[in-house]
Amino acid sequence: MSKKNIKIRARLKNGVTNVKTLISHPMETGLRKDKKSGRTIPAHFIQEVNCLHNGELKLSTELGISVSRNPYLQFELEGGAKGDTLELTWRDNWGKTDTATAQIK
Amino acid sequence: MTPNTKRRDFLKVALIMGLAGSTFATGLFAPRYVLAGWNRKAFESKHVNDALKNGFGSLDIVMSDNINIEAPDIAANGAIVPVSVVAKLSAVEAIALLSEKNPRPLGAIFHPRAGIRPKMSVRIKMGQSGDVIAIVKSEGKLYMARRSIKVTAGGCA
Repeated sequence: MSKKNIKIRARLKNGVTNVKTLISHPMETGLRKDKKSGRTIPAHFIQEVNCLHNGELKLSTELGISVSRNPYLQFELEGGAKGDTLELTWRDNWGKTDTATAQIK
Repeated sequence: MTPNTKRRDFLKVALIMGLAGSTFATGLFAPRYVLAGWNRKAFESKHVNDALKNGFGSLDIVMSDNINIEAPDIAANGAIVPVSVVAKLSAVEAIALLSEKNPRPLGAIFHPRAGIRPKMSVRIKMGQSGDVIAIVKSEGKLYMARRSIKVTAGGCA
């Protein structure tokens, strides 16, 4: 996984870290039909996203097909410091996973 | 220059083996924490009430002014509707976001741990105009807020 499929931006301001994450993923619902062949396009979407702060699980998220393509998540973390590590992992309904890390700035 | 090329080959093999080894190792130790798991029943529910029953085990939900849904009143593109849920409630265990008219209404469930503020933003799809519903579980109780969003171009085509 050398491609940058996960973007994480974490900025500390007044003791609160604002975390913005963007994952490249089709989030295919499984309800759409291919216009040419008429066949249903198989569902392919992220089901779980987890975020760790310095190795400790802080946020676990379950996603469904109603989430937009290339899921964007934003949340706020208290008690972070500059240079701390944030790690994001996702898993989709095909069992594929990816992980990325970033430092709080 | 034969010995040198051999050495190079050896190094290459060693590098590949090393890489493969480390991939294996991370694979073996990947589940470093227990995941909440994906609530299939709730996410596959076709109606809001079923999704809530399957997701939270109860329909005993109180409307609350302490939950604010930030979203545009009119979404030009139903494929990307930015929605934020902000809860002024303590000990929030879960925040869920649903789009009432979608074929599978439940969009996301967040499980914040200590240190995460009860404020989540995500982008959702909306097939047509309708209500977005936020559910917040605080101190074991369920609270709800709604907001109507008008969609000018549906996002599920």
